[in-house]
Amino acid sequence: MNKLIVSLSPHVHSGDSVEKNMYGVVIALVPALLCSLWCFGMGAAVVLLTSVCACVFFEWFIGRFILGRQELTVTDGSAVLTGLLLGFNLPSNLPVWIIIVGALVAIGVGKMTFGGLGQNPFNPALVGRVFLLISFPVAMTSWPVSGSMGYSDAVTAATPLFIMGQAISNQDASLLSELPSALDMLIGRTGGSLGEVSALALLLGCCFMLWKKIITWHIPVSILCTVFCLAGLLHLVSPVYADPVSVVLSGGLMLGACFMATDYVTSPMTPKGQIVYGVAIGFLTVVIRAWGAYPEGMSFAILIMNAFVPLINTYCKPKLFGEVKK
Amino acid sequence: MKKLASTWYNMTIVLTLISVVAGAALAYVNDLTAGPIRMIKEQELQDGIKAVLSADDLTVESTDETDGVIVYRTDKGTAVQATDPNGFGGKLTVLVGFDNKGAVQGYRVLESAETPGLGAKAGEWFQKGQKGDIIGMSPEKNNMTVSKDGGEVDAITASTITSRAFLRCVNAAYEALAKEDAQSGATRQAGDNTNEED
Amino acid sequence: MNQIKVFWNGLVKENPTFVLLLGMCPTLGTTSSALNGMSMGLATMAVLIFSNLIISLIKSFIPDMVRIPSYIVVIASLVTILQMVIKAYAPEIDKSLGLFIPLIVVNCIILGRAEAFAAKNDPLSSVTDGVGMGLGFTMALTLLGGVRELLGTGRIFSFGIFPEDYGALVFVLAPGAFIALGYLIAIVNRLKN
Repeated sequence: MNKLIVSLSPHVHSGDSVEKNMYGVVIALVPALLCSLWCFGMGAAVVLLTSVCACVFFEWFIGRFILGRQELTVTDGSAVLTGLLLGFNLPSNLPVWIIIVGALVAIGVGKMTFGGLGQNPFNPALVGRVFLLISFPVAMTSWPVSGSMGYSDAVTAATPLFIMGQAISNQDASLLSELPSALDMLIGRTGGSLGEVSALALLLGCCFMLWKKIITWHIPVSILCTVFCLAGLLHLVSPVYADPVSVVLSGGLMLGACFMATDYVTSPMTPKGQIVYGVAIGFLTVVIRAWGAYPEGMSFAILIMNAFVPLINTYCKPKLFGEVKK
Repeated sequence: MKKLASTWYNMTIVLTLISVVAGAALAYVNDLTAGPIRMIKEQELQDGIKAVLSADDLTVESTDETDGVIVYRTDKGTAVQATDPNGFGGKLTVLVGFDNKGAVQGYRVLESAETPGLGAKAGEWFQKGQKGDIIGMSPEKNNMTVSKDGGEVDAITASTITSRAFLRCVNAAYEALAKEDAQSGATRQAGDNTNEED
Repeated sequence: MNQIKVFWNGLVKENPTFVLLLGMCPTLGTTSSALNGMSMGLATMAVLIFSNLIISLIKSFIPDMVRIPSYIVVIASLVTILQMVIKAYAPEIDKSLGLFIPLIVVNCIILGRAEAFAAKNDPLSSVTDGVGMGLGFTMALTLLGGVRELLGTGRIFSFGIFPEDYGALVFVLAPGAFIALGYLIAIVNRLKN
């Protein structure tokens, strides 16, 4: 039975659709993808392929057999995107079974439990990553050196974030001299998870999304500015805190600010809300990086702020047309 | 059955009665269990000291406590209990056994709130033959900090904070021991008549 | 009141953990392993049975306005007695449960059953209710502890099922308690419908 559904005006269609936006983000991730392949070779290919395939499979399996849905959401690209983002957040020598567990948690726990696309309060890829980080801390925090092409390369390197954490906990600014130069961090010649090594590739993707109007500037800019200012302040207070440029370019900050925090479902709806959200994420990231037990705070910061999104939405409602201030 | 009315008189009497009966019951059980509880505590301490000094039979000669660090002198060496408040999950209490030369002979984690699977490994990690073996080292001769801080001990994988807290305990224990020795005019016997156990 | 019905009610129909969601603090805090969960469940059951019995016996002597303080005194005394007994005769359990034993005092199940059941029913039914609720609680905690221990360390009751390296540590930690409990409740609800 086809019912005629009459919705409220305006009846304008912008040509936007879930598929178009999701695949737009995937295209925006291509530079970072190429960069990770260039830096980590086979390892990156194995991790990303496993992650994407596992995410798509679990999306299909859970939707079809556990939720018993007829209309499946596998082809809308959201599972591909989650898989890609999850893969970008993992070290390139992670065992395949751990990646599959991560995909199961990302899609199963992070997304389908809440009802699928559009219902999940937390970013699924980050749920998967944080689950893995807490569950398998040893495997998740030994990153191969950039440029080691094999999948099971055992050579691991201290990441820039780890060096920064050491400098703070030892109160010794001279340790910071081991940090890679800003240029190296920009093009990806440092240790780290797949997609976070090259800030340049991520920025390129981000510009593409801004150009295509897939995202607006509010969230990434507010996060990056907050982190830069706060890190600069700390650096002025004491030289054991790394300089703001390195802080902004290192770790998953760029990836998180451009691709994770901007996830439609889990970020605020209005520009005002998005700025509040971005500033809070930036603040939490700096705090966790400087004084937390884990070297990277980006994923925790985004997840914490994901939980606040409904509240932010309540307080940053746009004014209704014709509404009079009381 | 009708309930008693809530008058001041009734309420006072009932509450007093209940409290008295409860108090009496508690006193009785406390009396009954105080003995066994004390015995268990002593037994545990004895076992701990025996384990860290790897001796089957020993007698505790004296017990000294300063600033929460407890020094147990025995005929087979000295066991020192030290606490560090800054473990990953909170307080970490370690009993360390030193032989007469001041080298670590054994240790036991008495109390910890470390993460299972990570920091909680401290109970085995630093034992003889394990990756972070500290047995035989002496804070006097060896730099007993984790290798990340320039020391000679390998930290527990992914648990540097726990490892640091643990080694702070060991060093604090040794300091307390050394300080006491200095104060008591080196009553410690010279190292010649001791045999370090392997 | 039919004793079997009362018992079944506590064990399944109004299971304190999966249906009433009472006593969440020990449920989440002590279930890092199946054994810990079971010990906590049994300790709570012991207190629950005796508190139900005593409160049901003295209910007619307690004026309404002071009933809560009276119940608390009874429950707190029982818990303290239990704690001393455990310390004296089962030091291993005392070590693994530690702080959570005194916390039984504020477990909602115990005060809840005292107020909702024991204060209105005869001693026999109250004991049955205590046994049913207590077993229901023990069962739920053992199940939760077992799931967490298995997924977290690959063991059940310290009996190895798969190598520990494959265990997801998060299940032994606090977040895992919430995740595992959520899914267990979902499964129980699904089975019940």
